[in-house]
Amino acid sequence: MSKGIRDKVAIVGVGCCKFGENWHQSPEDMIVEAAYEAYADAGLEDPQAQIDAVFCGSVYPSRGTAEVAESLKLFDRPVSLVQNYCATGTDAFRYGVAAVASGMHDTVLVVGYDKPKDRGVSGPSIHMNTARGLPMTPAGWFSLCCARYFETYGAGREDLARIAVKNHHNGTLAPKSMLKKEITVEDVMNARMISWPFTLYDCAAQSDGAAAAIITRSSLAKNYRDDPVYVKGVSIALSANPQSDPTFDFLAWKPTLAAARDVYKQAGITNPMQQIHLAQVHDCFTMTELLTYEDLGFIPKGSAREHITNGTFALDGALPVNTDGGLKTFGHPTGATGVRMIYENVLQLQGRAGARQVQGATMALSHNLGGAPQTCGLAILGIE
Amino acid sequence: MTGQSVGILAYGSYIPATRLPLAMIHGGRAKEGGPEKAVAGFDEDAITMAVAAAVDCLHGIERGAVDGVYFATTTSPFREKQAAAFIAKALDLRSDIATNDFTGTLRAGAGALLAALHAVQADPTKKILVIAADTRLAAPRSALEMNMGDAAAAFLLGSGHVLAAIGDSYTHTDEIYDVWRAEHDDYLRAWEDRFNVMHGYTDNVVAACRGFYAKTGTTASDYTRAVLGGPDGRTLLDVGKKAGFAAQSIQDALFGKVGNCGTAFTPLLLVAALETAQAGDTLLAVFYGDGAEVVSIDVSAAGFTPRHSIAWHLARGTALRSYDSYLKSRYLDATEHNRRGGEGVPATVHYRERDSDISFLGQRCTQCGTLHFPACRVCYSCYAKDQFESERLSDKQGRVMSYSFDYFFPSPEPPVIVGMCEVDNGARVYLQMTDATTDMLRCDLPVEFVFRKIHDAGNKPNYFWKSRPIADAQAQTTTEAAA
Repeated sequence: MSKGIRDKVAIVGVGCCKFGENWHQSPEDMIVEAAYEAYADAGLEDPQAQIDAVFCGSVYPSRGTAEVAESLKLFDRPVSLVQNYCATGTDAFRYGVAAVASGMHDTVLVVGYDKPKDRGVSGPSIHMNTARGLPMTPAGWFSLCCARYFETYGAGREDLARIAVKNHHNGTLAPKSMLKKEITVEDVMNARMISWPFTLYDCAAQSDGAAAAIITRSSLAKNYRDDPVYVKGVSIALSANPQSDPTFDFLAWKPTLAAARDVYKQAGITNPMQQIHLAQVHDCFTMTELLTYEDLGFIPKGSAREHITNGTFALDGALPVNTDGGLKTFGHPTGATGVRMIYENVLQLQGRAGARQVQGATMALSHNLGGAPQTCGLAILGIE
Repeated sequence: MTGQSVGILAYGSYIPATRLPLAMIHGGRAKEGGPEKAVAGFDEDAITMAVAAAVDCLHGIERGAVDGVYFATTTSPFREKQAAAFIAKALDLRSDIATNDFTGTLRAGAGALLAALHAVQADPTKKILVIAADTRLAAPRSALEMNMGDAAAAFLLGSGHVLAAIGDSYTHTDEIYDVWRAEHDDYLRAWEDRFNVMHGYTDNVVAACRGFYAKTGTTASDYTRAVLGGPDGRTLLDVGKKAGFAAQSIQDALFGKVGNCGTAFTPLLLVAALETAQAGDTLLAVFYGDGAEVVSIDVSAAGFTPRHSIAWHLARGTALRSYDSYLKSRYLDATEHNRRGGEGVPATVHYRERDSDISFLGQRCTQCGTLHFPACRVCYSCYAKDQFESERLSDKQGRVMSYSFDYFFPSPEPPVIVGMCEVDNGARVYLQMTDATTDMLRCDLPVEFVFRKIHDAGNKPNYFWKSRPIADAQAQTTTEAAA
């Protein structure tokens, strides 16, 4: 369990490039776009003097730390690369938060980015370098939780489809999202099957992208903005691989349960449904979002179906989830995703989210789930 | 009545579940109950079929008791590298055993059987596993393709309370180009059919039988049943007749069901004959190829049923949907993927993981009893370090915790069915499922484990285990050796 870093650290600037199949952009183009937007957002005029360290998150970087340092010409200071499966962005953010909270640095830059669209495949790469553990596809790993959940709680493919429909709608309202297309439950049900029960529309859009955040000590925050967003808690938990864990029940993902216990304690959250006003959760696949509603304690285990039907998590629902379209439509450049969620939550808390603005939100959560899956990253931000 | 001599202690067989209706070969439509042949699935080869037959043969027998593996095939996946050693590893046999591949001829099965016989005769304490398996390919849509089939058979030879004693044998050797594959041939080659029947098959089988009768002072009428393969059913009956056997005493060669399965042909039919034989029956087994070999077998105990009988294998056949799916399953169609390309499993990784991946050994924590797969150093449950005893998972059963059907992963037969299996309330194993269709899947489905080829990346076959739904209640699932 973490000691917690509640209110010690603030976010004073965020930036995000447009996510998508950015054939025209190099990683450098996207990193510069996101970082300079964050600089401007923070009113930070001299990054060479004001950025004390850089924490980079990327799952398949070609050059890692140098890629970011060379892009931004931020040399002669700490530049580190963080990798933690799909929780990479949140973990890079956590390192930045810890570095500032410890007093080691005043102001740091967090950059999450990935450029999967230079690999020539529309989905994940398949590597035949093992005999055990195949097929090693993300859709195959995450879909494994569906059959038992469906049999136990009676949910089905239509419920998953409604999550995709919601996120596609929200994505149409986010200027920087990859996909801007309303879809129907029938579209999802009739699409090409990827890994049962996931069709193409149950799967997140793999995309290129970069997102950035500038973090500083809370006592320095108002030098940058009048409305800084405070970090209430940030946590990473890695749990046993569900493919070998002898006690895994395929009804809840352990890393989310573990990270939630920790981050709620840090943030003083005892009733997530009431205290958290919006959430960006990892919807790499629709079922991931469904289980996350329950694993984060928003609703009781097994009740997701009725809440999906009732619109609890829609933009106008009691707890809007994935207000910018999520991984599903905003896009999923793996290392950038956690930072992109922080970007969205900061905009929401500062009332700058435009057509998708959730009114009166003061506490927002972001969630990554990665690996087979084994690792969860959570961050809770508040405006007060 | 139980014999005390050298012979067969146990036997088993394997016929792949996939069937190619013969009508499809020339573009016709398959008819229900029409003639078909057994073809190895896309994840099967001579090694995996040999393992399957051997697992059946060794059911209920301590694996540590096996002193050798003699493997007969003309279709080893390796030109250089021993298949028998691979099979022994998959069976989790001891390392101080004799392993040999017998290859290059269709009568390699007889060579393996007699070599094992001689080994046991030399040291009656020895138990030798003899396996024959073949997956011979005829050129697509060729006449030869009609009669070829894939199968495997296994026998455990030893002394003492044998099911059937191996009696005398006689070998007739002949040099002839009837069927062959030269250095770079993927497909079987054959000379004109009538020449092959007359001077290949007929001359050699008749010469071997006559030589055997002369050597032993017996005649065909001294034998209950003749067990021999042949190029086709009609020729087989003709030649059996020439060797002195009436049609009703010639073992059904399973044409239209399995087909000519190469080195495994006579061995498979011998299993079929033994399954229905009575104590006191005498069998005459004839192995054809570059001559012919004749072996007499005296049945001393009836009633032994392998875990999966030939009848079980025949009943579980599933017809391919089309000839195209046959071509795909044997990798005979052109695809955009180079299936041999890519890294494959590094030899060093294979070396370190052989016990897990090939022998399918899990490990049980001696402190808390939790079963793990694969091997690890620290217990998931009680965190004890290095307190494990290895435990073979391949002969256990499991249940499906949850499952998925992967349409994204490249496979000749998408979707790939994937099941998280639980073994003994502990070990979790993420396995592809084989010989199954998506409509069979449900949580908690009972499964067994079978050794299969996973892919050919890195220019070599890469093997692992798959799960298979345990067949329904009608299937034979018990083995009780007759006392």
